Amino acid sequence: MMPHEEYSIVRYYLNKIVIAGLVTIAILWVITPFVIAIAYAFTDPDQYYSISVVFPTSFTADHVKMLLALGADKAIMNSIIVAVLTIIFSFALGLPAGYAFARYTFKGKDSLKLFIIGLRMFPIMVIAVPLVTLYLRLGLNDTLLGVALAHTSMALPFVILITSSIIAGIPKELEEAAMVFGLDRKGAFIHVTMPLALPGLTAAAIFTFLMSWNEVFIASVLTLTNRTLTAFILNTAMAAVDFIKFAGAFIIIFPAMIFVFIARRYLISMWGITLR
Amino acid sequence: MTKLLNKPSLFEKYTPYLLILPALTYLLFFIGIPIAQAIYLAFTEKGAFSTENLDYLLNSPFSMFKEALKYTFLLAITIIPIQVAIALGLAMLFNIKFPGRNAALYLVILPLTISDVAAGLIWYSMLSSYGFLNKLLINMGLISQPIYFFGYQYRNMEFLAIVLTEVWRATAIVFVILFAGLQMISQEHIEAAEVFGANVWQRLRYIVFPMLLPSLQAALIIRTLFALQIFGVVWILAGRDIPVLAGEAYYEQVFLKHTGVAAIYALIIAGISVAVGALYIKLFKAKYLEAGT
Repeated sequence: MMPHEEYSIVRYYLNKIVIAGLVTIAILWVITPFVIAIAYAFTDPDQYYSISVVFPTSFTADHVKMLLALGADKAIMNSIIVAVLTIIFSFALGLPAGYAFARYTFKGKDSLKLFIIGLRMFPIMVIAVPLVTLYLRLGLNDTLLGVALAHTSMALPFVILITSSIIAGIPKELEEAAMVFGLDRKGAFIHVTMPLALPGLTAAAIFTFLMSWNEVFIASVLTLTNRTLTAFILNTAMAAVDFIKFAGAFIIIFPAMIFVFIARRYLISMWGITLR
Repeated sequence: MTKLLNKPSLFEKYTPYLLILPALTYLLFFIGIPIAQAIYLAFTEKGAFSTENLDYLLNSPFSMFKEALKYTFLLAITIIPIQVAIALGLAMLFNIKFPGRNAALYLVILPLTISDVAAGLIWYSMLSSYGFLNKLLINMGLISQPIYFFGYQYRNMEFLAIVLTEVWRATAIVFVILFAGLQMISQEHIEAAEVFGANVWQRLRYIVFPMLLPSLQAALIIRTLFALQIFGVVWILAGRDIPVLAGEAYYEQVFLKHTGVAAIYALIIAGISVAVGALYIKLFKAKYLEAGT
């Protein structure tokens, strides 16, 4: 037994080193492009165009400022408006449905929920082209409201499933106790379940924001002058010099990073729900 | 007491349906109407049935439909196996408990949160002629000329750049599904096998892998659906040098105003996706209903 045990101790530390090495490689693979793109967004042109400078040391905010002056400032506002409208619409429609799935048993529940899971698989981008024709008739073409309505159809199945799972995680008994003490179902929901569900719902709202903020196909097809940020960058970056591309990357990912940091506790579980 | 609470008045009985109805109506309207409209746009010309758009799609020298179909599938079958292999390895690695695991997990899935357009631009900063990779390799003395990744004459390199970006960006989707699947496998099963003398390989082969299979299938199908919609990364890195279905739909609609042709592309993407999605429902319906959540 003795030599075997010694061998085990060596192997134990060897295992630890291998694991640490692999994790480091994985993290470097993911993080390096982020760091490089953000650094280049602020790098002095002389250093960028110098082959011998691998790690820039001289920085400037000119590229980001230039991109903002080119119209990114307006595009950022457009993106925020569209995303906030998307959150409002998709929660106004999705929260009641999510509540129904979490708190009631009713005929056809499984089929309905399966249908919504199926819809989530549907490539919503394909509605963009025919929507142009419909929007022209309704006067919604090239409007932020039009984009938000389309984004709502993308976010809604996700909001229903997420809110349903959040509400299901809050004991039904609390709501029933409140009803015993004289609140009706609506009151019990607003005063008991809602406050408990709020952190999860906030995280879900952040996810909805990111879905809309990151979406580019629908936004590019439905707008021409009122572009959202990703649509604006997609069309500007193609012909722009390299710095403008890097500045574009920085402006798109910056809010995403902040929001993800705020909602990081919910990150994995929420993707679990959306992707399962 | 409970009797009082559960007394089903007629209103209560229909409450769940009333709560779901607005959302369902919205979805049916916003998906149903556009699809019907797409069919109309695709197959009519001035109000009469016409195959003009289909003809353009298949036969016009300006249409890149066949290339788009080819490249969309080529990208999918190149990217997905790499993603699954890396994600499987990562999931195994992160299934081991080590200090700082949560922080590492958060970093590894970070690319999932950013837009595909941003991912394309980020990898442009890595691969451009004055990008990080070229400068690094030149300064290490490994190459003397920059490697060119972009431009029509370097199409194959553009293809490689797209593959790299997609592997970097979306491997995390597969990873999250597989990791969740691994976490659900009870440690007791594995320990029992260990007691009966199963080695690492046998434990993987006969316990972990079969129990992971549903997650693997789910990941594969979801990845395939996303792969059919690939657009932002390709458009940023290669434009129409590497045509894909969604890119062609965008080009025909926005640049050429061929709404009917763009509508056919939309229908094709929807059709293939529904077929893949149906497979998903078929495979997982039983499992989902069993879970009963």
